[in-house]
Amino acid sequence: MGAALARAGFRRYSTYRQATLAGLSTNIVFGMLRMYVLVAAGAAAGGVMAGYTVPQLGTYIWVGQGLLATILMWGWTELSDRVRSGDVVADLLRPVNPVWTYLATDLGRAGHAALIRLLVPVLFGALFFPFYWPREPLSYPLFGVSLVLAVLLCFACRYLVNLTAFWLLDIRGVVSLWMAAAGVLSGLYFPLAFLPGWLAAILQYGTPFPSLMQFPTDVAVERGGLAGQLERIGVQVAWTAVMYAVVFYVQRRAMRKLVIQGG
Amino acid sequence: MSESNTVVAVSGLRKEFVVYKKTGRLKREKTVVAAVDGVDLRIERGEMLGYIGPNGAGKSTTLKMLTGILTPSAGEVRVCGLEPVPRRIALTRRIGVVFGQRSVLWWDLPLRESFDLLRHVFRVPADEHAARLRRCREMLDLDEFADTPVRQLSLGQRMRGELTAALLHGPEILFLDEPTIGLDVVSKQAVRSFLAETARRGDTTIVLTTHDLADIERLCKRLVVIDHGHVVHDGTLDALHHRYGSRRQVVVDLEDPWSGDLDLGGAVGEIDGEDPRRVTFSLTNGASTAGELVARLATTVGLRDVSIVEPDIEDVIARLYATAR
Repeated sequence: MGAALARAGFRRYSTYRQATLAGLSTNIVFGMLRMYVLVAAGAAAGGVMAGYTVPQLGTYIWVGQGLLATILMWGWTELSDRVRSGDVVADLLRPVNPVWTYLATDLGRAGHAALIRLLVPVLFGALFFPFYWPREPLSYPLFGVSLVLAVLLCFACRYLVNLTAFWLLDIRGVVSLWMAAAGVLSGLYFPLAFLPGWLAAILQYGTPFPSLMQFPTDVAVERGGLAGQLERIGVQVAWTAVMYAVVFYVQRRAMRKLVIQGG
Repeated sequence: MSESNTVVAVSGLRKEFVVYKKTGRLKREKTVVAAVDGVDLRIERGEMLGYIGPNGAGKSTTLKMLTGILTPSAGEVRVCGLEPVPRRIALTRRIGVVFGQRSVLWWDLPLRESFDLLRHVFRVPADEHAARLRRCREMLDLDEFADTPVRQLSLGQRMRGELTAALLHGPEILFLDEPTIGLDVVSKQAVRSFLAETARRGDTTIVLTTHDLADIERLCKRLVVIDHGHVVHDGTLDALHHRYGSRRQVVVDLEDPWSGDLDLGGAVGEIDGEDPRRVTFSLTNGASTAGELVARLATTVGLRDVSIVEPDIEDVIARLYATAR
């Protein structure tokens, strides 16, 4: 079942070619803007900023641009739309927990995004800008693991944001909050290592956000060597487990509310 | 009737909703409204039952409780021997559901792929799936739009897709909430013939809510009428007409204006509208049949045209409320 749904998710997104193209060019343009800012800052700082060399910053940015679409940090409201329209009852009429059907579909989507939205910006960045290719062969599979974890975790976060629709119906406020928090705290705008050490540590261990973007990109630029990579992946695993526990719990509450109070 | 033949057993079913009414700037009053109020129902295998009533009567609420997406406030429910809400996942494999205003199909995938996904979701063996799909494809003419994404289907096409989707896992009972709502005449007929054929095969029990008179007449041998959460009638359509004295009407166009002084065996004629030659006769129970009336009219006054108007189900329901209160 999971494979069939994932294939369907892949096909769903592959039909929207113009949207893919538009998203891709936006990603690349913003990647260039971020690149120039950080390279300028890096040069001003004497070539190394908070431990990142300029090529590492390049990789950080281009992998980050690709991750943005692959984990689909923003713009997923399918579940909350279905709650609002009442179509969510159709999800209850299937012999599977909706978390799994949505997740399987999302993994298919992520597969499509990884092929186009991640690979193309990374190649673009590697061709035209300073770029750090991982030195250790092991870093490539480790990045793969970290990427999959980021996709799983991001799905859980998005799903949780969407679940609030069972109580709020209109989740625009929650979405704005999520967008702002995820953007700043995940390391999308700047590497969290730029922050004071204590603050970065709180964010990295105490919130799921860095696991979405900061950690996969850090794994790609081999920050902290193998130990650093494994530590980051460990934190990702922990947060993924926590978030899925929360998702299942909140969904149970949402379903109970739905079946008791009605749609 | 043995227990194993009972597909739905409901007793004392009740669903209350809490409604808040604003009574002041900050104060609000809490009132409890019973959408379904003490429904008893038993449906045997292979039955085709029409569950009707006006908007807000409690039809959809009942169906939601039967399908496990709403918890009853009180009462006993068993569908296929299962308690719907706690056993929802197990129940989904044994029931099929079509909500006329909801879709279970994947919005941006072709119909064909939605069906294939459902096969995986419900884990239906490929040969069973293929056999059921073949039958639906033939009867509902699905082939012409099977490759169109669901979002581009017309309502009639989508509804045919929804019906197929509800049947692909071979449910024992099919719940249909207004399956013909908003459909054109041709699509309605396609849906009705399909349901009639499904019912005729006898292995699928069908429960249908509708506001459409033709659906009921064509499909439902048994009719359960609900109003304000109570069952106010449970029996055949004829029994309903009989009980509430609804009348068939014979509308005739005469050669000459109607004088009203003929003995027509109890049928009373009334001129409606401008034309004194157009007369409407209401056939009361026990009085002459339409055939007798027309025969008598044809021999006594010249008859140009005849039409028989069946009693309107809404009219019947309207009468029913008047007596129910």
